[in-house]
Amino acid sequence: MTGAQSLIRSLEAVGAKDIFGIPGGAILPAYDPLYDSSIRHILVRHEQGAGHAAQGYAVASGRVGVCMATSGPGATNLVTPLADAYMDSVPIVAVTGQVGAASIGTDAFQEADIRGITMPITKHNFLVTDPAEIPRTVAEAFHIASTGRPGPVLVDVAKSALQAATEFVWPTELHLAGYRPITRPHSKQIREATKLILAARRPVLYVGGGVIRSGAHKELRTLAELTGMPVVTTLMARGAFPDSHPQHLGMPGMHGTVAAVGALQKSDLIISLGARFDDRVTGNLDSFAPNALIIHADIDPAEIGKNRAADVPIVGDAREVIADLVVALQAEEAAGNTGDYEGWVRFLAGVKSRYPLGYDTPADGSLAPQYVLERLGKIVGPDAVYVAGVGQHQMWATHYIGYEKPRTWINSGGLGTMGFSVPAAMGAKVALPDTPVWSIDGDGCFQMTNQELATCTLEGIPIKVAIINNESLGMVRQWQTLFYQGRYSNTDLRSKHVPDFVKLADAYGAVGLACEAADDVDSVIEKAMEINDVPVVIDFRVHRDAMVWPMVAAGTSNDDIKYAHDLAPVFDEDDL
Amino acid sequence: MSTHTLSVLVENKPGVLARIAGLFSRRGFNIDSLAVGPTEHPELSRMTIVVNVEDSPLEQVTKQLNKLIEVLKIVELEPRESIDRQLLLVKVKADLETRGQVLDVVQLFRAKVVDVSPDAVTMEVTGNADKLGDFLRVLEPFGIREIVQSGVVAIGRGSRSITERSQRLVPVPVPAAQ
Repeated sequence: MTGAQSLIRSLEAVGAKDIFGIPGGAILPAYDPLYDSSIRHILVRHEQGAGHAAQGYAVASGRVGVCMATSGPGATNLVTPLADAYMDSVPIVAVTGQVGAASIGTDAFQEADIRGITMPITKHNFLVTDPAEIPRTVAEAFHIASTGRPGPVLVDVAKSALQAATEFVWPTELHLAGYRPITRPHSKQIREATKLILAARRPVLYVGGGVIRSGAHKELRTLAELTGMPVVTTLMARGAFPDSHPQHLGMPGMHGTVAAVGALQKSDLIISLGARFDDRVTGNLDSFAPNALIIHADIDPAEIGKNRAADVPIVGDAREVIADLVVALQAEEAAGNTGDYEGWVRFLAGVKSRYPLGYDTPADGSLAPQYVLERLGKIVGPDAVYVAGVGQHQMWATHYIGYEKPRTWINSGGLGTMGFSVPAAMGAKVALPDTPVWSIDGDGCFQMTNQELATCTLEGIPIKVAIINNESLGMVRQWQTLFYQGRYSNTDLRSKHVPDFVKLADAYGAVGLACEAADDVDSVIEKAMEINDVPVVIDFRVHRDAMVWPMVAAGTSNDDIKYAHDLAPVFDEDDL
Repeated sequence: MSTHTLSVLVENKPGVLARIAGLFSRRGFNIDSLAVGPTEHPELSRMTIVVNVEDSPLEQVTKQLNKLIEVLKIVELEPRESIDRQLLLVKVKADLETRGQVLDVVQLFRAKVVDVSPDAVTMEVTGNADKLGDFLRVLEPFGIREIVQSGVVAIGRGSRSITERSQRLVPVPVPAAQ
């Protein structure tokens, strides 16, 4: 058999069901056996779409997402999704063709050193020139991508290896001497953490994306309800704990709720579970949670102590860490030892009720973007998957939809990749064909990757797209309003004029709808829900000056959170 | 800032050096010196890396290095518990008049003359950074024409070997069909 046949056989052996990709010269040999394979190949319109689709597929399903591209420009177009997947710990495998082994290093046609280029943005990568190495490399790539802290792995295969004759030998075991992720937490650290939890008076469970990746949401709920500790979920962890749960204070960070930001700031113990003290959460690090001790649990030892020193570091998988904490705290409870957080919980309940999420209805009768997302969440419900782009619409979507289940919220958190939504929603829909998948996109983001609507129409992937169209690069415009005296340099997209999103949808074989009045929001959403054979695009033409609140200005202290423009919350600490 | 010597055992595979050098540069850590060479096991290479950082960034360096799949083991070699050496080749101006004095310096530092020409002498010397510094200071007045210096290589004192235990291969089951 050829190396190409061995590659496809390896992908089948490792359980790949769907691949997003585009063929081209160097990867062409692999596309011939793919033609006969049980693997479904989805022909995208741009390799960036293939990469984000693999991400959406992986996050929605928990399985490894796969994308494929040719050498040179095909491979470099995967750079953004790889960097995105690296930041957000998404398990994907990218298979790229490389020029023939003899031509590597000669600046051959469509040659790019994609292994060198992607070294800093992949968990690991390979260049295969020996066809005999293909099966083992594929097995290793999937193993590395999906275990430990998940992440992207790139396998670059020289065309000569794809064309050469080889034997397919599937490895029986892998020898990765330098790769031994630690998933079992150390019992001593669990004991130390238990002590701190019982002694604390103002503890907070700071929940990050690791809880979603490890599938620890049930254990988290048990831990929270056992102890009564308040919970905050980061942008990457939305859905890990139900938004409707009374102990949930919402999302912390730059655009977090007052209660979530305040809880971290004023806590005496932060229990970080699969989170990484990102700058968007901590604001100015020196003034972040000044009185808090830190229990930091993460599967990646390098995250512990990276930004904030940990008093009790715990290396392990979030699910095992939380399960062990539950066992330890149950034993303490049986012995009559429980934490006393009553005053703290009451204080935070007061903050939460005084400073709920809210927005003004525009005086001119135009559509409030927050209202659109609020209604979308209510009507479509918590079983659907929501996939956002990056910007204001992303923040409104994280706040106003209402998430009850893990893996129902997908977005680009760490890298902040505009254009993520449409292709990632496409990938999520391929992974979960029976689940409604809504892309919530900005008019700026949508114009970066909407070409994948063609893929969706032709491949029978009926996603729904809600464009929150404020005809601007809205988040940048918001900063210009607040910090650049309203000098709107290059943020006016005029997307209510060009392009016509309804016609564009129509051109792609999708259904295009538009809505610009609050009264029509429900009916247009309901209409979209009735269409399940082709993609639907709704152009929600919203008020352009709506801003995202609350907000902590970049680089300032979380103590300086603004509830609305020039409005700081007042914490009545007498309650504490 | 303080100097730390890391002995890093890596798989001898193409691209490993680029991976490690890239990691240092993108995380903003400066390498003072780096030496790579084979070990007693052909499939393993040893890198001796000298970095100049505070303790807490050093912890971050080692943790990030440990995440690289091809890195098997990292040990920080404490100056008292280890021996470190560098190789220096130096070319100094020396004519009939000064050659004798230069050769005296060679004697004093237990260096070796490796090449002589009518107006220059080339010497090799090994030692730690202090010794090499002193050697160069003494040669300075003669006129140093060229210096070629290796990175630091270092080894722990005593009978223990860093290589031995890191070699164990832990078999991992092949990923099951999803």
